[in-house]
Amino acid sequence: MHLILFFLFAGLCLAGAINLLLQSHPINSALSLIVVMTSLAVLYLLLGAEFLAAAQVIVYAGAVMVLFTFVIMLLNAGREERTLGSRVALTLGFPAVAAILALLATVILKAEGLGRAAMQDGITSTEELSKILFTNLLLPFEVTSVLILIAILGAVALARRGDGERTAGK
Amino acid sequence: MTLLQFFLWSLLKVIVVTVILLVGVAYTVLLERKLVGRIQNRWGPSRVGPFGLLQPLVDGAKSFLKEDIIPTAVYRPLYLLAPMIALGCALISIAVVPFGDPSISFHGFHLFQISDVNIGLLVILGITSIGVYGVALAGWSSNNKYSLLGSLRSSAQLISYELALGLSLVGVVMRAGSLNLRVIVESQASQGLLTWNLFGGLQCIAFFIYLMAAYAETNRSPFDLPEAESELTAGYHTEYSSMKFAMFFMAEYANMITVGCVATMLFLGGWTSPFGHLLPDPQSLILRSVLPIFWFVLKVFSFLFLYVWVRGTLPRFRYDQLMNFGWRYLLPLAILNIVGTSLWLAYK
Repeated sequence: MHLILFFLFAGLCLAGAINLLLQSHPINSALSLIVVMTSLAVLYLLLGAEFLAAAQVIVYAGAVMVLFTFVIMLLNAGREERTLGSRVALTLGFPAVAAILALLATVILKAEGLGRAAMQDGITSTEELSKILFTNLLLPFEVTSVLILIAILGAVALARRGDGERTAGK
Repeated sequence: MTLLQFFLWSLLKVIVVTVILLVGVAYTVLLERKLVGRIQNRWGPSRVGPFGLLQPLVDGAKSFLKEDIIPTAVYRPLYLLAPMIALGCALISIAVVPFGDPSISFHGFHLFQISDVNIGLLVILGITSIGVYGVALAGWSSNNKYSLLGSLRSSAQLISYELALGLSLVGVVMRAGSLNLRVIVESQASQGLLTWNLFGGLQCIAFFIYLMAAYAETNRSPFDLPEAESELTAGYHTEYSSMKFAMFFMAEYANMITVGCVATMLFLGGWTSPFGHLLPDPQSLILRSVLPIFWFVLKVFSFLFLYVWVRGTLPRFRYDQLMNFGWRYLLPLAILNIVGTSLWLAYK
């Protein structure tokens, strides 16, 4: 059962990713990205990470992609113009991508201290997850939060710069 | 329990719940028309059947039989997909809602809940956040400026209010210590009305925030800007006709019911009796299974009543007021509520 679901959604995920590259209209690409993200959520669920799956759907498929489609709709972006592409990129690109993926895969597989998850594993409860997050991984967690806060403040500062005078006049 | 048994039972539950939900949707429309009618000193539908009770059936038949017009300039695939996303997401989220006493089971099957998920609350939030695409794509694919404006408003509104909505639920989750809807309901069960999160749990501020955010999320008045008829014709579904329009219409009311169910479970004690153990617990199996459902339906109904009442009373907000209200008041208030609740829980 797990295996069937895995192949189904892994296939869907790959199909979405390929469709994302092939589509010429930005909104179709954005929708394919949503398919990729939701099928990733199902894959997380198969590995027993239910909280991660839900967060993936809410944050990525929900909030982030709504922003993407919002921007595409707001700018009313037209069709992408196809260029023929350079021959150098074609000959170098695919081997380079394969090499980088192989390198990343070996590094990740050889890395020590990483846990393993199998498809038959039980579901990790949110409670266990939060315990690890707030004890062993507290520092990285907090540092990430600070990083996101800085990003938010930066975005606000950038957005305000344009009409600084008008807000000062209020 | 074999796989086949599981499959057949689940299928049965899904069919029964969907049919009941759709009938509920139809009669919520009637309820709204009747109530708004009374608020405006008129009768509302009263010709078809006694008290107009058959009106939803006639309306449904009308939607089916009307000519389905697809304008030439629309982007067809998404134009056809949008109402399906809207209605699909609206109907799916009911799957994790527990309607009745979970201790009553038949051969190990929960009768009153389609699936008991550990993270039920997050599932509902996730499905709601996907449901936005129905509205957003409908407006964009219609290739009509009013539709586009409607769906732009809707996306912006949903992103803004989803934050406040999610944060308002954190207090409740902290009190229950779980995201499982059954556990959340049971955590309020001990003393009836007094232990509901709304009163005994001191989550009345969270309830207020949830209420406001839910009105905005379901595009209901006073936040129904995506379809503001005085400025945008009909907003995102201007170009839709016949059954496709009806699908958006049904999605809106199904969302209202889901929001009512969530409010009932999180703040009003779900299927539990408001009198706690003051009344003697019924002995017969039938009474034990029917009473919780009765309480649940009554609570959801009163929530829907409130929805209609608000619609009949309040004028529509302006767009900048909506955004200001969401970001400047609701969001900080929700964060304060979380801080307050956690301090209280730590003190206890």
